[in-house]
Amino acid sequence: MRLVRVMCSGRVDLEFVLRAFSNGTDGVFIGGCRLNECNFITHGNFHALTMVLLAKRIMEHIGMNPERLRIRFMSGADANLFVESVNSFVQKVKELGPLGQSEGVAPEELKARVAQVTKLVPYIKRVNKDKLATRLNSPDEYDTLFTKDDVDRLFSGVITYYIDPDKCQACMICARRCPEEAIMGGKNQIHVIDQEKCIKCETCFDVCPPRFAAVKRIVGEPVPPPLPADQRMIVKRAKTTTP
Amino acid sequence: MDRVEGEAGNFQVTLIKKPRYIQEGKCTGCTTCVDYCPVEYPDQYNQGISKNKAIHIYFAQAIPLVEYIDDSCLYLKEGKCRVCETVCENDAIDLKQSAERKEIQVGAIILSPGLEPFDPHVRKEYHYGDFANVVTSLDYERLSCSTGPYSGEILRASDGKHPHKIAWIQCIGSRRVTPGDNSYCSAVCCTYTQKQVLITKDHDGDVDCTIFHNDIRSYGKDFERYYERTGKTPGVRFIRSYTSIVREDPVTKNVTLRYSTNDEGVKEEEFDMVVLSVGLNPPSGVQAMSKKFGVELEPHDFCKVNPVEPVSSSRPGIFVSGGFQGPIDIPESVFSASGAGARVGELLNHRRGKLSREREYPPERDVSKEEPRIGVFVCHCGANIGRIVNVPDTVEFCKTLPNVVHAQEQLFSCATNSAKEITDMTKEKGLNRVIVAACSPRTLEPLFRDTVREAGINQYYFEMANIREQNSWVHSKEKEEATAKARDIIRMSVARARRLEPLQEFDLPVDKAALVVGGGVAGMNAALSIANQGHEVHLVEKNAELGGMARRIHSTLDGVDVQAYLRDLITRIYKHPLIHVYHSATITDARGYVGNFVTVVKSERGVSEIKHGAAIIAIGADLYKPAEYLYGQDDRVITHMDLEEGIHNGDDQIAQAKSIVMIQCVGSRNDERNYCSRLCCSESVKNALSLKKKYPEKEVYILYRDMRTYGFNEDYYREASNKDVKFIRYEPEDKPVVEPGESDDGRPVLKVTTTDYILGKKLVLDADIVALAAAIVPSASTDEVAGQFKVQLSPDGFFKEAHVKLRPVEFGTEGVYLCGLAHYPKFIQETVKQSYGAAGRAMTLLSHDVVVASGSVCQVNEKKCIGCSACADACAYGALEIRENKQGKKATINPILCKGDGLCNSKCPTGAIQLKHYTDDEMFAQIDAAIA
Repeated sequence: MRLVRVMCSGRVDLEFVLRAFSNGTDGVFIGGCRLNECNFITHGNFHALTMVLLAKRIMEHIGMNPERLRIRFMSGADANLFVESVNSFVQKVKELGPLGQSEGVAPEELKARVAQVTKLVPYIKRVNKDKLATRLNSPDEYDTLFTKDDVDRLFSGVITYYIDPDKCQACMICARRCPEEAIMGGKNQIHVIDQEKCIKCETCFDVCPPRFAAVKRIVGEPVPPPLPADQRMIVKRAKTTTP
Repeated sequence: MDRVEGEAGNFQVTLIKKPRYIQEGKCTGCTTCVDYCPVEYPDQYNQGISKNKAIHIYFAQAIPLVEYIDDSCLYLKEGKCRVCETVCENDAIDLKQSAERKEIQVGAIILSPGLEPFDPHVRKEYHYGDFANVVTSLDYERLSCSTGPYSGEILRASDGKHPHKIAWIQCIGSRRVTPGDNSYCSAVCCTYTQKQVLITKDHDGDVDCTIFHNDIRSYGKDFERYYERTGKTPGVRFIRSYTSIVREDPVTKNVTLRYSTNDEGVKEEEFDMVVLSVGLNPPSGVQAMSKKFGVELEPHDFCKVNPVEPVSSSRPGIFVSGGFQGPIDIPESVFSASGAGARVGELLNHRRGKLSREREYPPERDVSKEEPRIGVFVCHCGANIGRIVNVPDTVEFCKTLPNVVHAQEQLFSCATNSAKEITDMTKEKGLNRVIVAACSPRTLEPLFRDTVREAGINQYYFEMANIREQNSWVHSKEKEEATAKARDIIRMSVARARRLEPLQEFDLPVDKAALVVGGGVAGMNAALSIANQGHEVHLVEKNAELGGMARRIHSTLDGVDVQAYLRDLITRIYKHPLIHVYHSATITDARGYVGNFVTVVKSERGVSEIKHGAAIIAIGADLYKPAEYLYGQDDRVITHMDLEEGIHNGDDQIAQAKSIVMIQCVGSRNDERNYCSRLCCSESVKNALSLKKKYPEKEVYILYRDMRTYGFNEDYYREASNKDVKFIRYEPEDKPVVEPGESDDGRPVLKVTTTDYILGKKLVLDADIVALAAAIVPSASTDEVAGQFKVQLSPDGFFKEAHVKLRPVEFGTEGVYLCGLAHYPKFIQETVKQSYGAAGRAMTLLSHDVVVASGSVCQVNEKKCIGCSACADACAYGALEIRENKQGKKATINPILCKGDGLCNSKCPTGAIQLKHYTDDEMFAQIDAAIA
């Protein structure tokens, strides 16, 4: 067990968990206060819980044993519970063996899958925003908050954003608003999304003026290759059509 | 305490300090001496169930955390041994110590000697100490605690086995007039028993738990829900019966109890363990203490207090807090303590700040342009770390880590000389990051932060690596692995430290005025206490007159003339030059934050914009208007408050009535209002006693579910019963029925039909008046006020304090405080205590010129923000807002409201919002470094 301190279990980011696995950690344990016994009014442990429920489904989806992730709730006075929880988790992880062993997948392959998912974290967070903020009332709801189908759909429905070169007027609006600076192009330069940098936040889609509607959402189809750099110049139509 | 001389404002107190035989300044609490001490004796802290040594630390959280030597010590008894002296590396043992006499000068004294649990030895019938498996609730508390005698395992004394069938017997030593027992109700046992039952079920769900009880008095905030939860837990039985402890099986040592139920009559049942839910006695030696301090005691030997001055003893300048006022629970102890503090503040206000000194630090060096230069200090913690982890090797390893320019070992990093060494080394080697690899940051992080500040480094450049609790203590048998783990832990800390940023805590100016919302008993007392400590108070009352709910109350059970008290209180408010009253007022806007609120009030003074540093919410509560029992349809059905007014005013209808029936829990303890209104049982007993006093011939009935006359009010319940007031219990599923009818002698009456469980049959009572004990409900304006001041409500609609037990008068929102019925129903005496408590907490803020806000708060990178609002939705403190600007919707943060939990950070899809000191970068660095 190696420990990382956070001031509230609600600070534990989905990406922290994935990062640990992609580093080759065999199990991740999150300890939070007892549910409904927050010493403040934060109740961040519920947020940690929903994150864990989603993370477990994602792990299933990519063929990783979800039992490698566990969350337990206890108070500072529950030393026994802590010891019991940690020991049983360590034992569980030992049973499962090193990452990939119980899954029957090569560790490097599994890490690569995790890395793929990690890239989608911004997208995953954005589309599950409401569910991730749910305060569950009883363990009966744990299984249904995120179902296997939800997560399968989440991944099969991953959207790619693409700027239609025929429609782009190189107005710079999307390029300026992109939080990741993933849109290349300048004045009179047709804009192109750098798919490596894109976090699928949909800002470009939202801000592209409707009269241009140049940003397309592509699902389940290959994304057309970007226009070669030397063909991106917009030739002012007004001039070319002058007889 | 030897003696007290002098008077309020100027006492001379003589103290005698018993020898500890340890020099506190030298002892580091390493417990090596405890390991070597040959004398074992029963551990007082664990109720004598397990053993401790003659030299020991009293308990794990003791302050100071140093050993002391008990008189079971061989040297003290026989002049032999002295092994502790030999093994102590700090020469902290001083067996020649003798008692010290100390004279101190104080302006005021607060008595908080606490309570003593009832000792069941005094009555043979409890068989405590006689039957092995009869324990007290305090024994049980220790048994179920992880630091207890069996590390949290509940074991029987007779055979060391887990009990599978446990009985609790309530009211041991309480509510009994037999010699040695107490006549009063100890007020806390019903609920602590339920807690023990639930903890037991947590330990082992199969344990069969039975509670033998009289009335269940779950009158505290959220207690009714807790009672319901306990009752619904499988394998838990509540049995309402007197119970006697009959015999112990000579072989199994099981204990047989005899009890009776309505259905089955008298029966016997065997249990593996019996827990006596013992009550609370006054502190031991209370008589001597009362003489020394010159304070009077009340008939039960608790401190005598005036119900409307509940934190003052009979001697001016001597105050009282906690259990010495009588049996009370934790929240009341806490707010009475703050309250006593506030009263002392009033007395000694002219001397406030005279003894305090401002701490001065050297100017902070700007290291932002420098490469990280990290120093690592690895602590041996005596033998705690050093015996398991190879510290010298670890130090060598540290030197190989990136950016580490200095590493060294220390015997105790927390010792004064070691802290100085850290400061000196930081200066000498030009360190700009400091890591102490030692214990949990929980206790010592503030000390070390202070240490690096002394070296002119920003305190957020300090990082602690926990190689004790998280390593040497749990891996004491695996020395090599522990050393390897220590390396990992330190490597993780170094990775994090390299990315740490200097953070500024900000000083917010504090406006010195207070706003008190609500001019009832609670609001007025809070206002007076703050004003008496020299601060302006704006008191806002929605009605044309001050007084609130108390205007309808004429006397209390203990005989206070409430109207006379109220007149005096109102006069003092109006006469106070620092209190400004706003009548017929409404709050139209409230904004700002701790130290700097602005509230707009519309009142008979016009519209006023009030600037204030603190706000106290004391808006009181309303009375439920019953829909049951013909209330509103038949004018012979009235509320208990109407009855009190009627008796007081000599109302004809009441004077003429031959028979009066009171029905309890009207509108309380049901699905809609799942709480106990706390006051009504005592209110009805008070009315019954007034009736019996004025008209002894009247028939008075009280139909109740549980009589909840907790604390000293139990005596009045008994008195009423002795005066022939008839108490008849009913069950919620078989409520009394009230219908118009005619008595045998032909007079028109209300027929009240109810089941008498003792007689086992239906009774029909003829009533001329039916008085309903209507619930106390949250004030109609609660929601509005909660929205204005951004504070939370509990499930029952009363205001929600920051922590039920530990912060009962504060809100999660800083600078806003709470008292009176707005918090939960309570008596005038409790209300006054709580309003002093709220004043005390508000004064802690107002007496400072600035309030320091943590540097570890969130910040938004606007460029990266996509305005999705995930952060603002997650924030419980309203610190985040989404605002539209030219670049679209963007989150903006008010760092003053941020509590640094970082929920927003983990919700943000783009990483636009970062919790400083726990940024994604810092966290990832630490996670990545976990694997070498």
